[in-house]
Amino acid sequence: MRRLRLPEAWRQPLAVVGGVIALVWLVVAVAAPLLAPHDPLAQDLPRLAPPGPGHWFGTDQLGRDILSRVMHGARVSIPLTLALVALSVLIGGLLGACAGYFGRWVDETIMRVADLVFAFPTVILAMVVAAALGASLTNAVLAVLVVAWPAYARVTRGLVLGVREREFVLSGRLLGFSAWRSLRVDVLPNVTGPVLVLATLDIGTALLLLSGLSFLGLGAKPPSPEWGAMVASGVEVFDSWWVATFPGLAILTVVLAFNFLGDTLRDALDPRTARAIKERAL
Amino acid sequence: MTFVLTNLVPGDPVAANLGQRALGDPAIVAQWRADHGLDRPLWQQYALHLQGLLHGDLGTSQQSHRPVSQDLAEFVPATLELAGAAILVSLVLGVAFGVIAALRRDRLSDHTLRVLSLVGISVPTFWLALLAFYVFFYRLQITPGSGRVDAALGSAPAVTGLQTVDALLAGRWDIFTSAVGHLITPALVLALYTIGLLTRFTRSAVLEVLGQDYVRAARAKGLPGRVILFRYVLRSALVPIITVAGLAFGSLLSGTVLVEAIFAWPGVGQYAYKSATTLDLPAVMGVGLVVGVVYLVINLVVDVLYGVIDPRVRLQ
Amino acid sequence: MTLDITGLKVSIRGKAILGGVDLSLREGQVHGLAGESGSGKTMTGLAVLGLLPHGSQVTGSVTLGGRELLTLAPKELNEVRGGQVAMVFQDPATSLHPMLTVGRQLTEHMRHHLRIDKREARRRAVELLGKVRIPGAEEAYGRFPHQFSGGMRQRVAIAVALACSPKVLIADEPTTALDVTVQAGVLRLLRGLCDELGLAVLLVTHDLGVMSAVADEVSVMKDGLVVETGPRERVLREPAHAYTRSLLDSLPDSERGPRPGTRGDIRTEES
Repeated sequence: MRRLRLPEAWRQPLAVVGGVIALVWLVVAVAAPLLAPHDPLAQDLPRLAPPGPGHWFGTDQLGRDILSRVMHGARVSIPLTLALVALSVLIGGLLGACAGYFGRWVDETIMRVADLVFAFPTVILAMVVAAALGASLTNAVLAVLVVAWPAYARVTRGLVLGVREREFVLSGRLLGFSAWRSLRVDVLPNVTGPVLVLATLDIGTALLLLSGLSFLGLGAKPPSPEWGAMVASGVEVFDSWWVATFPGLAILTVVLAFNFLGDTLRDALDPRTARAIKERAL
Repeated sequence: MTFVLTNLVPGDPVAANLGQRALGDPAIVAQWRADHGLDRPLWQQYALHLQGLLHGDLGTSQQSHRPVSQDLAEFVPATLELAGAAILVSLVLGVAFGVIAALRRDRLSDHTLRVLSLVGISVPTFWLALLAFYVFFYRLQITPGSGRVDAALGSAPAVTGLQTVDALLAGRWDIFTSAVGHLITPALVLALYTIGLLTRFTRSAVLEVLGQDYVRAARAKGLPGRVILFRYVLRSALVPIITVAGLAFGSLLSGTVLVEAIFAWPGVGQYAYKSATTLDLPAVMGVGLVVGVVYLVINLVVDVLYGVIDPRVRLQ
Repeated sequence: MTLDITGLKVSIRGKAILGGVDLSLREGQVHGLAGESGSGKTMTGLAVLGLLPHGSQVTGSVTLGGRELLTLAPKELNEVRGGQVAMVFQDPATSLHPMLTVGRQLTEHMRHHLRIDKREARRRAVELLGKVRIPGAEEAYGRFPHQFSGGMRQRVAIAVALACSPKVLIADEPTTALDVTVQAGVLRLLRGLCDELGLAVLLVTHDLGVMSAVADEVSVMKDGLVVETGPRERVLREPAHAYTRSLLDSLPDSERGPRPGTRGDIRTEES
């Protein structure tokens, strides 16, 4: 069963734009030390200088170059977000697959916990977790992880339930293959496509949440050039608009790029799975 | 549930609430623990908590030193006003944009709305709030700054706690316009994400209904386009739309934490933030309870609306 | 009034669906249109009312009493739809709106086309429900489609189609989604209404058994073309085209050909 028709999806202009933006940011993240005109932590420029030659995005209240900080910020946010989403796919997917495949109390327990997490506004829950663990970027990632996995658990569970009853899985079981084998060989390939689409869409949401926590002071600590924390520092000097604007634009473009990609990929899915994702992804 | 959650977390509320110097003094720490019932075993704390709940007592906030219920009574209406205005705006604009996109499928307006709605769900709310504050208040000076109403006007007697409604009830037109003016920017900022979400969702819901047999049958009856749209198409599409809108209200509440911080909106979001960062457990549990109640009410409203829209639900 | 289809060609996104269809319906006659799925018979019915899917291109001519339908302005086309040419769809479970009462779906276009008031529309609707043999027409008026059985739903759909006294009725597989036991009743009803009201009926079906029971004229379609047209007796007994013959051969013997007197029986029973 092929659910994804990749070549067609990639021909969509939105996907191309999203792909290019994402690629540019990846390059910036990798090559920031080479590309950035200044040291992101050096406080050797005039303070709060508006954008101009030498410092195209202006400088902040400590005389640091905002362009360099935004570039280095990509090294903080992008890898963390990707790792975060990968982890929640792994954890949520595994738990959801177990719930769907084994049913009964396994299903009951896992989904009950997922429902509990779902019933709480993400930012508030993540905020409580982050505050309890202590403010640090790693803890913020853990906090987002806590609120992010149930979406995957639900989608995977639903898809596994759908696949489990199909003939080829049943016949495999009848032939005496173990539960684990049929989960791996029959079920996994069928749920990979939809889960990947959901993950692509979720990269944006995760980045928004992570930078939101940092904005609230529950994530990255100064002087780390994390984008959300940079926007927060712009609140104090909001008449110097450039301090907050450029890191915010960085978040916006990265999130937008992955949403463009995810949205196009979702259209390439068959409509029923796509709808399941749309409803669950909230 | 909130209780378990807040007790599972390893942070020490004592450390978060008392300064460094006080922490060095065991007597002060012990006194503080006893004041807040933290010296008892966990099950006793829980029993006390439940007992309190039954009497409508949510405990005392360790920060404000006031009963949590009193704090909540002050902050909840402000957030409900903000979130309510935002969900209304989102529903009207999101559904309208979604319908337009579906009817003009694959044309320029559809593609434009698709890009715009994706931008809408990609904008960091806290950044947009700051930007809106800077542009409309600081630069253009067309919107009032922070808070819910001009302090100079006083406020209408609190009946519902919603400034706009109270002002109308009191017949204070000046307060009403001021309250609406204060509400408009934060509500729009808060709504943007939901507008984008509902636009995308409405579009696909309407497209699905447009492909149904009964819509073709309605066309075969020669009914005018607007009758088909409003009576046949929207009616069916509304069922999934209100489901999603109900879920979206949750993400809206999340957004209030970030928006309230920028616009100094005296609501639950700010209260939750302050209590979370100081590990003020009774206050956090109180917020959790409010959120739970809000979810219950939203679910109830959605269920009632199902019945209004779809007779099959009502007749079961 | 007669409906004439001449040289009707339809293509969807460049793919040819109909390759020049000619058909002619006369009042008081049931014209059966047979063919297997994908042969274009449903598309022919939809093309008459301009209900083809998004992105279709149509050429040729469809005239109703000499008036060209394909080039009508949307507003005029809406007058014809439901008013002069009505349609019954295959599955009444999906062709009636599940959230609107039967009465509402019966009166809405009546009030729009005939410009009558609510009470008059209601009176006519109840009368129609009686005419299509729905028991308890008064109560049925306020009920929802899911409260009826499949056969009853299709009767409701027929009543909806007949509400504005059309001259032409296009019935697209009206019995395919129904239980075998109620199929005959619905067919009998269609035949009776055709005779009584002088309707020109286009009966689209893949079921030659259905065809043999009610049709006056029969056309057989294959790959977007009409391969054979003629009076029922001749087409079903002495098919001229090899494809018609193969269709007939695939039927079990008991259903083959019209049994003597079958049509006559239906006629007398209904009128």
